[in-house]
Amino acid sequence: MDSLVKPWPWYVAGPILGLMVPLLLLLGNKRFGISGSLRHICAACLPAKIPFFQYQWKHEIWNIFFVVGIGVGGWLAAGPLANPEAITVAPATASALATLGIESNGTLMPASIFGPEQLFTSNGLLFFVLGGFLVGFGTRYGGGCTSGHAIFGLSTLQWPSLVATVSFMAGGFIMVHVLFPFLIKLI
Amino acid sequence: MSTLNQNNNSEKFTGGDDLSNFQSSRESWLGSNIKYLLAGLLTGVVFVKAEISSWYRIQEMFRFDSFHMYGVIGSAVFTAVVSVWLIKKFGTKTIQGEAVVLSDKKFHMGVVWGGLLFGFGWALTGACPGPLFAQITSGYPQIAVTLLSALAGTWTYGLLKEKLPH
Repeated sequence: MDSLVKPWPWYVAGPILGLMVPLLLLLGNKRFGISGSLRHICAACLPAKIPFFQYQWKHEIWNIFFVVGIGVGGWLAAGPLANPEAITVAPATASALATLGIESNGTLMPASIFGPEQLFTSNGLLFFVLGGFLVGFGTRYGGGCTSGHAIFGLSTLQWPSLVATVSFMAGGFIMVHVLFPFLIKLI
Repeated sequence: MSTLNQNNNSEKFTGGDDLSNFQSSRESWLGSNIKYLLAGLLTGVVFVKAEISSWYRIQEMFRFDSFHMYGVIGSAVFTAVVSVWLIKKFGTKTIQGEAVVLSDKKFHMGVVWGGLLFGFGWALTGACPGPLFAQITSGYPQIAVTLLSALAGTWTYGLLKEKLPH
């Protein structure tokens, strides 16, 4: 039980996520990919006669079940399986964030950015609204996210997925090292 | 049987069997999909327990200050590569007895531009789409706003698709 409650190491987490690829294939020829669920939700809720959302989303309903499962799993992990101890942040990251005025106080998310009261501030606009928009827009434009491209795509030796993985890692580096210090001063 | 399945699966959106399940009865529709909910549940537990859904872990990754996320993604890819190789080598069938079908991803410039934009969003939110769902239920319900914004992003892509360079 103790090892379930403690943070899981990468060598446990990675192989479990990797096994989702054969599991989903063998359960019903499903391809591991999560960002597609955003498209299916759009197609189900607000297709608005846009051709991109005119398809039988009900055929892809497994993907919605999968993300609902992620939600239930997140709740389990933060409730019954919650880690009672504060999370540690690498000292170099903690001090770099401190110079930007962002605290590392042992929670999964910094309250000074993601606290509910931040929703209606410039933080909310940048991190919730713009950040979320870029995730939804970018994954669809690029044809997938970390699961569909980096894990499923690479495992089936798709070179476009390698290009996608390099692109979104590059995007992250550019944001953290170049744009982020500038944006944080701006807000 | 297998030829038929090949045909079904070569289409962009697959799942002839799902359709018949969907139409036959609500119960079997639920029954045939509940396994994906359970697979998602395990994935969600991993996202939070391994702190993949933590904004700090994503910062550490992009700052090269921790091996953790590289270990997670690297060992996930390794496990998946070996699994897919084994499925191909032994011709393993799905539990419905169908041949496993892998489709090719097509390259277009959107892979680069979209990838970059997603990377920006990933660094800001600390979440790729999977962990986004887990953030909401692991004590941060306000992240539902980020999810709504991600849906708006996907919707906007759908709206502008024909005008964007691909």
